[in-house]
Formats: sequence, C-alpha cells, structure tokens
Amino acid sequence: MNVSMAVFYLIALITVGSAAMVAFSRNIIYSAFSLLGTFMGVAGLYVFLGADFVAAVQVLIYVGGILVLILFAVMLTHRITDVQITNRSAGTIPALIIVGVLAYLLVDTATGTPWVKAKQVIYEATAGKIGDLFLYTYLLPFELASLVLLAAMIGAVVLSRKEIKE
Amino acid sequence: MSPNDLSSYLIIGAIVFVLGLFTVLTRRNAISVLMGVELILNSANINYVAFSHFGSGNADGQIYAIFVIMLAAAEAAVGLAIVLAIFQLFQTIDVEAAETLKD
Repeated sequence: MNVSMAVFYLIALITVGSAAMVAFSRNIIYSAFSLLGTFMGVAGLYVFLGADFVAAVQVLIYVGGILVLILFAVMLTHRITDVQITNRSAGTIPALIIVGVLAYLLVDTATGTPWVKAKQVIYEATAGKIGDLFLYTYLLPFELASLVLLAAMIGAVVLSRKEIKE
Repeated sequence: MSPNDLSSYLIIGAIVFVLGLFTVLTRRNAISVLMGVELILNSANINYVAFSHFGSGNADGQIYAIFVIMLAAAEAAVGLAIVLAIFQLFQTIDVEAAETLKD
C-alpha cells in the first residue's frame, strides 16, 4: 500500500462520510458544513482522474459559490435557536429500502460490467483541450449556457425581491 | 478498490448518489432537499469524469461535467430564491407546509 493508495482511500472516505453526514445529520448547520467535505473530496477525485481544470472549477463554483449560497439560505430562513426541529426526516424506513436496493443494483453494475477501456491512461494539462472544445465543438451549448445563467440570475432577483404593495 | 480502477470511482459515485437520493426522499426542509440534489449532481459528475478518463481518453466528459456544474449553480440560485420567497410567505420552509401555489 503506497502513498497514493492511502491518499485515495482518505479522499474516498471524506467524500462518502461527509455525504452520509449530509443525509443523516439532525442539525441543518452540520449538514451544510458537511457538504464542504463532499465537494472538496470530489475535487480530490477529479485530481486523481487527471481532470485538473474540472477540479479547480469544482472548488471555485461549488465551494466558493453554491455552498456559500446554501449557508446564506440556512442562516436567513430557519430560526437558529430551535435546533431540534430544523432538519426533520420522514418516511425513513421505505426510503432506506428503496435506496438499499438501488445501491445494490448500482454497485453490482459498476463492478460486474466489462467497461470499454482506453488503451492507455494519459495525464496531461486539460485546460487547453477544454478551451478548444468549448470554442469549436461545443460553441452553441457554450453560448446557450451564458443565456441560461443570465435567465437564472434575473429569475433569482425577481423571485427573492420584496413585493412593494401599492 | 484502487485509484487506477474505473469501478472504484463508479462505486463512490453510486454511494454519493444513493445518499443524495435518501436526502431528497426523507428531508422535510427545502434547503436539505436542495443539498441532496447537489449530492446527486456531484455523483453524476464523478461518473462523467471517470468514464472520460478511463474510457474515451478525450476531454468530452469533462466538458459535460463543467456544464453540469454550471447548471447546478443556476439551479441553486433559483432554488434558494424560491425557498426565500416561500419563507417570506409561510414563515417556514417545511416542504409540506408549502402545498398551495397561491393564497
């Protein structure tokens, strides 16, 4: 067992453990902060997969943007004092059964299927390749993405503003 | 399980997906449901990047992962704005309290 194996196991443990905290924690603040561990762990997995640009984007957008947004929403909406009822769950047993069966199926498929493998796995900087793909092959989806972001921004502003009554 | 094996990444993705689905199914707090959605999107991204790395060898899967991250940002912004609007209207974000679209 060498160093990279140990780091991989550590990252996998952080990812899965934090995701479990998000799913099972009784306090929504703990859930929100555990999301940080999952996002950072997934960024670490991207590094292991040779996707340096995606890892950087993951840290920038998920940790720097979405997580801060979620924490803001948590602070703004629930009354911090009544911690006991902040993160209620319902229907746990049927959900556990569904989720258990699904987990078995997914893991069985992941381990049992003979996936098509590349001849050799390459590690190189991906930012240039991704930029080329965005500006040639995926130009139209790229422009559509900017439109979607603009629409989402305007929609968020319209939805969250206070209505001024005449 | 090893860092050079495709199925280990798929297993991690499956576990994160299942935990996200459990969060979406059981939580009664709207923000927790959104957190579950983020977990599900992250697990999909792990699969995209893993297949891009081990399967095709080109960067197409990473492009899709970046699009998913972009849509997740848009979804979080709009979703949390809706949650704030629901909180202003009902004084709670329990998903069962907000069952009417109009008062």
